[in-house]
Parts: sequence; C-alpha cells; structure tokens
Amino acid sequence: MTSTSVPAAALALGDDALVLSHRLGEWAGHAPVLEEEVALANIALDLLGQARVLLSLVGDEDELAYLRDEREFRNLQLVEQPNGDFAHTIARQFYFSGYQALLYETLASGDGPFAGLAAKAVKEVAYHRDHAEHWMARLGDGTAESHQRMQRACEALWRFTGEMFQPVEGLGFDLETLEPAWLAYVTGVLKKATLTVPDGPRKGAWSAGAGRQGLHTEPFGRMIAEMQHLRRSHPGASW
Amino acid sequence: MTTVTPEAYEAAFDAAVAADERIEPRDWMPDAYRASLVRQMAQHAHSEIIGMQPEANWITRAPSLRRKAILMAKVQDEAGHGLYLYSAAETLGTSRDELLDKLHTGRQKYSSIFNYPTLTWADVGAIGWLVDGAAITNQVPLCRCSYGPYARAMVRICKEESFHQRQGYELLLALSQGTPEQHAMAQDAVDRWWWPSLMMFGPPDDASAHSAQSMAWKIKRHSNDELRQRFVDICVPQAEALGLALPDPDLRWNEERGHHDFGEIDWSEFQEVLKGNGPCNEQRITQRRRAHEAGAWVREAAAAYAAKNRSAAQHTETGEATA
Repeated sequence: MTSTSVPAAALALGDDALVLSHRLGEWAGHAPVLEEEVALANIALDLLGQARVLLSLVGDEDELAYLRDEREFRNLQLVEQPNGDFAHTIARQFYFSGYQALLYETLASGDGPFAGLAAKAVKEVAYHRDHAEHWMARLGDGTAESHQRMQRACEALWRFTGEMFQPVEGLGFDLETLEPAWLAYVTGVLKKATLTVPDGPRKGAWSAGAGRQGLHTEPFGRMIAEMQHLRRSHPGASW
Repeated sequence: MTTVTPEAYEAAFDAAVAADERIEPRDWMPDAYRASLVRQMAQHAHSEIIGMQPEANWITRAPSLRRKAILMAKVQDEAGHGLYLYSAAETLGTSRDELLDKLHTGRQKYSSIFNYPTLTWADVGAIGWLVDGAAITNQVPLCRCSYGPYARAMVRICKEESFHQRQGYELLLALSQGTPEQHAMAQDAVDRWWWPSLMMFGPPDDASAHSAQSMAWKIKRHSNDELRQRFVDICVPQAEALGLALPDPDLRWNEERGHHDFGEIDWSEFQEVLKGNGPCNEQRITQRRRAHEAGAWVREAAAAYAAKNRSAAQHTETGEATA
C-alpha cells in the first residue's frame, strides 16, 4: 500500500459515513416513535464521528465536507438515496451496516492505517446492524402492509448494493472478498423476516462503482446544496 | 380493623409536603394535585418533543461538522428528555399514548417559545443561550419538587440542559466575534428571541391561574415574576460578555432593588401565541401529527410482531411444561 493511496480510501469511507449521517439527520422530528428519534440520531452521530476521523486523515474535515462539489464526493450511491418511508430507511441501514460491519471487522483485524479507527467503529456498527436487523424482522414479519413496504424497499435499493464491493484504492484488501459473507448475511436476515431475496441485478450498467468515481444520483446534488449553503455563503468565516 | 378516613389521608399528605418529603406514585394524593402534575409534566414533555423541530430545522445546514454533531446530540437529548418526562407522567396513571393524543388534538399545550421560527443559524445559538437558559432557571427549582418522579427526572434533565446552554452561548460568541455578517446574524437572533424567552416564565404573578396552588403543594418553588427577574439579572452580564445588546431600551440596573429593571412584556403577543396564532403554531403541530400518522404502520407492525412472538414464546413454554 502506498501512502498516497490512503487518502482515496479514507475519502471513500469517510464520505459514506458523512452522507448517510446527513440522511439520518433529516429524520429528526419525523420518526414514527420517540425511541426511534433517539436511535436514528444516535446512529447518525456515530457515523458523523467516523466521517470526521476519516476525513481528517485526508485534510480539513470542513473544507472536504463543505467545499467539494458533487463530482468530487466518493460515497456509495446507496447512502445518498433519499430516506423514503421508514422501511426504505431501514433497508438502506440494513444493507449498509451489514457491509460496514464486515468491512470494519476486516480492517480492525489487520495492521493497516485504518485498524485503530475500525476497532472503535466495529462496536458502533454492531449496534447499527442490530438495530436494522430488529426492524427488518418487525416490519417484514409484522403486518401485511409493513411486509409489503419492507419487501418493496429491499427491492428498490437492491441495485445499489453491488457497488459496495468494487475495489477501493488504498484500503489494503480486496472488498470483493466480503461479498459472499454479505450475501449470506443478508439472505439469512431476509428469510427470518419472511422476506424474499430480491432477484434484480445488483450492478446496473450505470450504478456499478459509480459513486466511487464521483458519479452520483440526482437527489445527491440537492442534498449537498442544502448541506453546504451556509458555509459557502460566508467564505473564510469560522463557526 | 381500623378504617383510615379520607381526612387522615389528606392530613398525612399535607404533613409530608410540609416536611419536604417526596410524594411517590403509590402514595395517596389529592385528585387536584395529581391532575395538576399530569398537566404540567405533560406540557413539559410535549415541549421537549415540539422543541426538537426549530433546532432540527438546522441540522442539515449546520456550518461545520463539529456544530452539526453538537446539534444532533442536542436534539437527541430532547427526545430523551421527552421520554423521561412521559415515563414520569405515567406514574400518575396516564399513558404516553393518551398524552400524545391530547397534544395532537390541541387539548394539552407545549411551551409557547417553540412557535417562533429559526430563521438563521444564529437562532440555534440564541435558543441554546436564552431559551435553554430560561428553561434551566425554571427547572432547577423543580429538582426539589414535591413529586419524587418529576424531581428525579429534572435532576437528570437539568444537567444536560446546562451543557446545551453553554454550547449555545459558545456558538453565539463565535458568531459575535466572527465576521461583521456573523455578528449581525447573532444580534438579529438575540433581538428576536429575547422577549419570547422572557415570556417562557408565564404570565405575571397577578394573572397566573395555577401559581398559588402549585406553590402551596411545593410543585413550584418561586413565582413567575421572581424567576423572570432572576433570569434577566443572569443574562445582562452574559450579553455584555458576548458583545451583544439586549433589545430593551428600559433595561437598567436598579441600585435600590439590587436588580435590573426591564421593559413591559407584550402580553397581547403572548396571548395570541397561546391561542394558536403564533408564527409557527400550525406548522409545529401539523409536523408532529404528520410524523405520528405516517408512523402508524410502523407502530402497528412492531405491535403485531411482538404479539406473534409473545404467543410463540407461550407455546414453547407450554410445550416445555408438558414435556
């Protein structure tokens, strides 16, 4: 691993955490039950903490978050997807935290530049995965309506999941090796939740690896316009 | 067998309150004491929940990642405070669902302050400094409230609120000492939040419907006007340190009283906001109701899942018992 390739990996992982944290922050004041106000904010805060550590490995966290344009962000398209209904948010959390858990476990067991960060994040992500798993069961195996919504959400986001296993430069290992474990995990949870594994493609012609190259979906531009507006309106100011 | 008369219960309650003992959920208490506490605690819980909205309005626009983390943590704490307070209110024989329903249908109120809009980032700081500051001034005496579960909830809440208040102050200080535009933003926010914060202490003593009884029961320890005066006296030097002006031409130190004199509050505005005609009343309650309604299927799913698993567990137990 070369030292110059570390920033690329830190940026990719940091952007994932930053963007998903932002999406979860949009739930504040809108959650279906008070306990979820607490839980979603809690997860958002964990992710924001991870993002800050990772982005700081690359440069100034605020310059990176607030002054890059859409084409410079390296996050997965999955994490930028709008919240949708609660099932949609849970499906996104389920796919991503399942992936992040495997990723950080692998990084924590190595001695690369992310081992320390990953060791801390593993505990947080285990909680996130647990939270998503419980909701997968409740919604999948709850009422007819919740089952239908959960199934639909899992299908809608399925085509963004292949991108998670595209190579990331500087990570120190091949993400593709995590894919079978992820698929097994996802299949197991879906079955337990009485849901069907979506049968569509996981790598669309456009979506495969696109976020990591700075090619994003349309809602993302609007998201960062909102996120960056104040900061960009006052160049050079400190907050 | 001796029968305890209602008078004896009442006398024991009065004696406990007089001796500064805590009333606990299983203790006898006058119906009016119970009703008054439910009203106040529910309103307090509702204020935490509705109060998430004006601040959450800025989570997605917070200008640095550090500020964003602080704000998210604060809004999360508010949801937590709502949870403590609903639990404390439930010890009086009501339920969270019932209380939320009363909020959604306008039968119970929340603090009038949350009907004001957050128009700039500086409002987040002004809320922390002034609104949380006023809340703390109101709530610290509640840590000694005669009803045990409420008093204990307040101890925990006040610790976190003090932390939020310092963060709000620090946010405003950064703006006040920042660029001229940032300073102007901070001043504008203080101009808009100062008077509504003073209204948080409620109507003047001679017009406060519940005060005398609440003080007799030691739910309340100080009058509205006493607490408001205390708050003004605390804020004046803080505003000076911030380098921001308080928007009151009549504000000055009164040597004789040893307090600051201040201008007349616009009670007609206060009444309008209470009646539902403030700038955000409609928006706040609509968002709350919408979140609740949109989440109905989620709550139903959780209940259905829990019921299925409960009956599955029962079957297993029965199976084991007969095995």
